[in-house]
Amino acid sequence: MELYQYTVQEIGEMLARREVTASEVLAASAERIGRVESRIHAFITLTLEEAEKTAKELDARDEIGGLAGIPCGIKDNLCTRGVRTTCASEMLEDFVPPYDATAVKKLKAAGAVMVGKLNMDEFAMGSSTENSGFFPTHNPWDLTRVPGGSSGGAAAAVAAGEVFYALASDTGGSIRQPASFCGVVGMKPTYGRVSRFGLVAFASSLDQVGPITRTVTDCALVMNAICGHDHLDSTSLKVPVPDYTKDLQEGIKGLKIGFPREYFQEGVDRGVRDTIMKALLKFEELGAVVEETSLPHSEYALPTYYIIAPSEASSNLARFDGVRYGYRDGNARDTVEMFSSTRARGFGPEVIRRVMLGTYALSSGYYDAYYLKALKVRRLIKEDFDRAFERYDILASPTTTSTAFRIGEKAQDPLTMYMSDMLTIPVNLAGIPSISIPGGFIDNLPVGLQLMGPPLSEATLLKAAYAFEQATDYHLRTPVLEV
Amino acid sequence: MALTIEEVEHVARLARLNLPAEEKNMYAQQLSSILDFFTILNRLPTDGVEPLAHVLPLFNVMRADETGPSLPRDEAMANAPLAEDGQFKVPKIV
Amino acid sequence: MTDKYEAVIGLEVHVELKTKSKAFCHCATSFGAEPNTHVCPICLGMPGVLPVLNRQMVEYALMTALALNCRIADYCKFDRKNYFYPDLPKNYQISQYDLPIARSGSLVIETKNGQRAIGINRVHMEEDAGKLVHKGNIITTPYSLVDLNRAGTPLLEIVSEPDLRSPGEARVYMEQLRLILLYLGVSDCKMEEGSLRCDANISVRPQGQQQLGTKTEIKNLNSFRSLERALDYEITRQIEALAQGERIIQETRTWDEDRQVTMSMRSKEEAHDYRYFPDPDLPPLRIDRDWVERVRRSLPELPEQARRRLSEEYNLSRYDALLLTASKDILDFFDDCVARYPKPKVVANWITGDLARLLNQSKLEIGDCRVTPALLVGLLKLLDEGTISGKIAKAVLEEMFTTGEAPDKIVKDRRLIQISDESAVKAIVDEVIAGNPKVVEDFRNGKDKALGFLVGQVMKASKGKANPELVNRLLREELSRR
Repeated sequence: MELYQYTVQEIGEMLARREVTASEVLAASAERIGRVESRIHAFITLTLEEAEKTAKELDARDEIGGLAGIPCGIKDNLCTRGVRTTCASEMLEDFVPPYDATAVKKLKAAGAVMVGKLNMDEFAMGSSTENSGFFPTHNPWDLTRVPGGSSGGAAAAVAAGEVFYALASDTGGSIRQPASFCGVVGMKPTYGRVSRFGLVAFASSLDQVGPITRTVTDCALVMNAICGHDHLDSTSLKVPVPDYTKDLQEGIKGLKIGFPREYFQEGVDRGVRDTIMKALLKFEELGAVVEETSLPHSEYALPTYYIIAPSEASSNLARFDGVRYGYRDGNARDTVEMFSSTRARGFGPEVIRRVMLGTYALSSGYYDAYYLKALKVRRLIKEDFDRAFERYDILASPTTTSTAFRIGEKAQDPLTMYMSDMLTIPVNLAGIPSISIPGGFIDNLPVGLQLMGPPLSEATLLKAAYAFEQATDYHLRTPVLEV
Repeated sequence: MALTIEEVEHVARLARLNLPAEEKNMYAQQLSSILDFFTILNRLPTDGVEPLAHVLPLFNVMRADETGPSLPRDEAMANAPLAEDGQFKVPKIV
Repeated sequence: MTDKYEAVIGLEVHVELKTKSKAFCHCATSFGAEPNTHVCPICLGMPGVLPVLNRQMVEYALMTALALNCRIADYCKFDRKNYFYPDLPKNYQISQYDLPIARSGSLVIETKNGQRAIGINRVHMEEDAGKLVHKGNIITTPYSLVDLNRAGTPLLEIVSEPDLRSPGEARVYMEQLRLILLYLGVSDCKMEEGSLRCDANISVRPQGQQQLGTKTEIKNLNSFRSLERALDYEITRQIEALAQGERIIQETRTWDEDRQVTMSMRSKEEAHDYRYFPDPDLPPLRIDRDWVERVRRSLPELPEQARRRLSEEYNLSRYDALLLTASKDILDFFDDCVARYPKPKVVANWITGDLARLLNQSKLEIGDCRVTPALLVGLLKLLDEGTISGKIAKAVLEEMFTTGEAPDKIVKDRRLIQISDESAVKAIVDEVIAGNPKVVEDFRNGKDKALGFLVGQVMKASKGKANPELVNRLLREELSRR
């Protein structure tokens, strides 16, 4: 087994025991990147020189532990001090933040070694990473397919062994859907669990930072490092952070799992449904009580999301105007023209589409019919979950409606692309935590199993995910990338 | 619900997006079909439902009135496309 | 013609709050600092940053709302007001839209026809924008420069009902509002520095008509004077337009200080559509009764309360009370004096009389002058003890005003002690009577005025130091004796 193939947990222990040095681990990642990156295209920016310095410093320390010395990648919408943060947009191609996102700061404090910034759909708007303003990322399981999105670079880099884990963001499934497509673990924590400070806002009431890893244990380890209250984020929760690795092995005897029937209906591929149904049987074998349940307002989640998220985005992205940073059209005669041509050229088509949509939904005469209506439906959707969690500890479903689709397959029709987020979006609207883990394979393509829990139930989700993972071998399969 | 070119132009003006003529048509079509899709929300009665703007039961999050360090000016201006005398330079307003 | 019309005016006042740090970040609030030296990623609106609310801003808002007799909302929230402008870093302003912190208040002003309560529609919190520096003016400039030091400074917007009926009333309202804000200590209220700003909504209608006319909004009113003049101008403009059968266009106009006219700000830009929505980055505020009561208890004495106290406790006239409360410093000065010297009417007379005259002449505020309450009271005590005469006291006050020296020292150094020694005064009286036989004759023939002349002569001969009462008594005695 090569060094890059080990998990975070294993590498961490090897580092702690001084069996390897941080520099050696980094070299392994760098070598892997050198071998496969030209086919994956996961990175927008590589920071190997900085990483080498960090690794050397860590090697000089007396002790090393936790995440220290383990190479990781950061989605390029998380601000990194002194390293350009582009959001995969021409608008921010040369933007270098003078500050770190809080989650990044926490990883750095834990000794993480950042090897680069990862590709994504521009401003996290998309489900395939084809909306990157620079280049698409390829799925390591099948290079003709998308890795999912918007955190496609993050999921692909983790699956391809370029990094041991990645930090990403999830607004409507942007961590879980690519994790599902790439056969890795992705967690969207409870809204407020991880600070959003320094995460370039897409939809502020939905955005949340989370990890993408190869195993559930690794996910718990990264969660330990990034969670917690932050005085820079007013929506950050003042709740103590448990050790998420502590109860992983407790087992799930008696755990009540509901599977919402709306998540297994038409619109979800038969093969995906069957795969996840089989996964549910596995949970029963492990001692859980599995029952069908209902989240009756599920069909309204998608339109609700595609009103709320673009509305917030239209305001969040207003700051990109060419005055203080970012791209600027230098030929304009007045400010209105400068703003308008800067934004029309700096943003790609999907961003423009959503900014237009959101502007429309908030505009005079349409606010009540769209934005306000969506906020009301959002409450109904959240109440569906509240009711379900009165009876069940967690809910289970497929993460996506299909396995990874082909590059270009949905690129022409925005609405079809939006539909692929159907199963992940409700979680963001309700603000609850959710994890996607490998739940099976169809034609050598990974299928994601999504687990959802009430607010702050991350430990329970991780425990259930761990039990499933240990009872299956899906997480052990790796894509074949050798030529 | 069909969006007219004029409506697209109005929204683009509000959002400060200077769209080429041919793209206006494209956006009009795409946005229209998305808005059509939204109409399923009309099937759901929501009278008396309280809008949900914040999912967290958080209130009164405040900080003490204390000053902290500002950015050094060169860092504040480092990303500016155009600057003069330590200020951001913009073309005339009107 | 103007008599046939009535003006209807409402004011939107923006006041910068005197917090140490900005509304949503730790940068210092500042005026006059080098451009872009009080900025951070948050107030620069850099990607990914988030606002955190300054508690003091809310406290100041509550104080102001209570002072303006408003109803405090038990629940309020922040909204984003979306519009593009180069001095607005995020291209939205954090403000409050449908649920402001306070509503339905009032402010009492003095008018020609007595006191009148002007309604306060709402008070809400928001953040200030930065500053644009134009080369030349806004129309002719080839480019502008953006300084964001001011961006994110906490503001209150205080919106009156359209209850004001003349430019004069508008001015008095502004002055009264400013006074209250200064008493509260929530703002510097310096119009010339922009920490107190005002937009005016104005329409005219025929006398007796209930329905409101079409209004215009006037911006760029940087002083009380420009507020009054701009309103005067705009009223005349609107009346003339109506008289000629024209329609008033609802629009925003700007006051041109140089030309003393209001000008339309109409541009090719579309009408504003601010697309307000709740700011997802800021959880709402719940303001419970305890909080409100705590703030209410902490309120300082307000101008109107002080006036009532002066009238009721000290029996001062409304006029005196108004003068003594014209600034917090004057009132503090007065109270300090009275605490040391419990003759409020005497103190009031000296402050509103001689001291006010000296301050006026030298264009100083009471806080800047060298006469302290202790010094003034020292002077009044010398007067009471008969050490100096009233006339001398005025001279001593002038001396104190320029040198800041203690009154007893001035009196001693300049030998101004009053002569109350009867034999010494009698000697002068005798001298004067002997030297003015004609005047003495006149007095005896019933010319009372003649006595005044003789008193004057005695005072002059004593260089003003003779005790006037003694002079009077001795003169009368001597004249009646002969």
